[in-house]
Amino acid sequence: MSLIVNITKKLNNFTLNVDFNVEDEIFAMLGASGCGKSMTLKCIAGIETPDNGHIEFNKKVLFDSKKSINLLPQKRHIGYLFQNYALFPNMTVRENILFAADGNKAEKNKIVEKNIKRFHLQGLENNYPASLSGGQQQRTAFARILAARAELLMLDEPFSALDSYLKWQLELELSELLERYKKTTLFVSHNRDEVYRLCSRIAVMDQGNIEVISDKYELFNDPRTAAATILTGCKNISHAKKIDAHHLYASDWQLTLTCRREIPDNLTYIGFRAHFFKIENEPDAANCFPCQIDRVIEDTFSFVIMIRSAEADTSAKTMRWELSKNSWLNLSKKAIFLSIPEEKIILLKK
Amino acid sequence: MIDYYPLFISVKTSCIATIIAFFTGIYAAYIIVKIKRFKGILDAILTLPLVLPPTVVGFLLLIAFGKNSIIGQLLLKMGYSLVFSWEATVLAAVVVSFPLMYRTTRGAFEQIDKNIIYAAQTLGISEWKIFWHIMLPNTRHGLIAGVILTFTRALGEFGATIMVAGNIPKVTQTISTAIYSAVQAGDNTAAVFWVGIIISFSFIVIVLMNFWLKYNEDSKMKVPAGNGG
Repeated sequence: MSLIVNITKKLNNFTLNVDFNVEDEIFAMLGASGCGKSMTLKCIAGIETPDNGHIEFNKKVLFDSKKSINLLPQKRHIGYLFQNYALFPNMTVRENILFAADGNKAEKNKIVEKNIKRFHLQGLENNYPASLSGGQQQRTAFARILAARAELLMLDEPFSALDSYLKWQLELELSELLERYKKTTLFVSHNRDEVYRLCSRIAVMDQGNIEVISDKYELFNDPRTAAATILTGCKNISHAKKIDAHHLYASDWQLTLTCRREIPDNLTYIGFRAHFFKIENEPDAANCFPCQIDRVIEDTFSFVIMIRSAEADTSAKTMRWELSKNSWLNLSKKAIFLSIPEEKIILLKK
Repeated sequence: MIDYYPLFISVKTSCIATIIAFFTGIYAAYIIVKIKRFKGILDAILTLPLVLPPTVVGFLLLIAFGKNSIIGQLLLKMGYSLVFSWEATVLAAVVVSFPLMYRTTRGAFEQIDKNIIYAAQTLGISEWKIFWHIMLPNTRHGLIAGVILTFTRALGEFGATIMVAGNIPKVTQTISTAIYSAVQAGDNTAAVFWVGIIISFSFIVIVLMNFWLKYNEDSKMKVPAGNGG
């Protein structure tokens, strides 16, 4: 089964323009809030209409602006899991599932029983959604989607409204569900960790455009664009200029750095992850600079130190340095020299 | 001796007007919530009777249904005249009270979490079933409130009624117009009687509605917290 999406739609402050294929896999769309991820899902589901383009699933055309095809959401058979699960509040668990099932009475009942069992909802059949826990609601929503015989699953930020403990529980349940009922799945999130744990391929979205589509390992190693770098959790990004094949100037930090990899001509940014700074004893190591502390923030299990090069002036952007509590507490704070390991610099073209 | 015709006429008129406004109001609200274009203009037209002076509404109805209008001519050919008939009291009550039903219903429809409707659509459920099994049951508080407001407004209708239906005893004289006649004739006893009736009637209906809504507050059909993004 495969989903082909190639659409444009003018939105308030940017134009959504996405082009991607999803095969039998869990495909993630990673992007900041309001980048057009949810709108893309709504266009695929038929809730919103794109201005132009083509959507096809399983060789069935769902939308085509040139041929004026625009199937109703009811005819698309796409399972859409909403952030708040969107159960029908006036119906019990059983009625919610029954309402989505198709066929004659006996067939419907069979579908309902099967899905109640499948999702361990026995004993909750007559409960109303308001009296269910988050996990039970999620399972009911899944049961409902499978009762409607959806072939494609779309998950829209399924955990973003939850506290971290519950979120973890639900994520475990979800990953188990996805493994058991292998269906083409489209997962939308702004959380890099969720995406990394649940998905195989990732599309990074920014301002309505897909910047990168790549395998997750490749993406986290080499994010390629500034937006992708930030979304993969890199806290330090600076404008950069190439000096020669292995030297560059990071203008935001006012640092000249050497880089092991060959620097491309069109280099515009570099990124550097906050926990890769190395403490040096001697100031003459490669990419070493004397460090000036701007702020110290105590986090749950680490310290976050906002720093600048002591040689830079105060207009330089601070860098974020993270280290474990012990390392920070045991550190002599008289004169700190830090280095940026040559191989850890992320080179970004745009 | 007070005759009770105005009470019967008022109650009969209000009941029928409420039934008509109930269906048309819900239908109008459903359409307005769905459409994307001309929403503001259509809403303004539908709400206008609520804010215009009732005499203006009455005047417009006279123009629309009077003997010189197209509709009036048509009705006349069928041997029927709407103006100054009992049906005219219903017409006036419907037009004036309709916006209350429409507005309350629309508000209730808009309160429904959109994701619930979207979810139903993606699950393959027809629009008709969504309307009957999801939209109506989840807005019943709003609908009941709308019915009560519509009924009490229809009951209290005066201005438009007196212009299109007149104030004919035993035919079109409602409680409101009866009070007007009583005061003009200096019959204070009758005026006080009818004023008392209409105040107690409206008061009881609204108090009952409030009790009912409060009783239903803790019902099982609460909408789950959180909304889509």
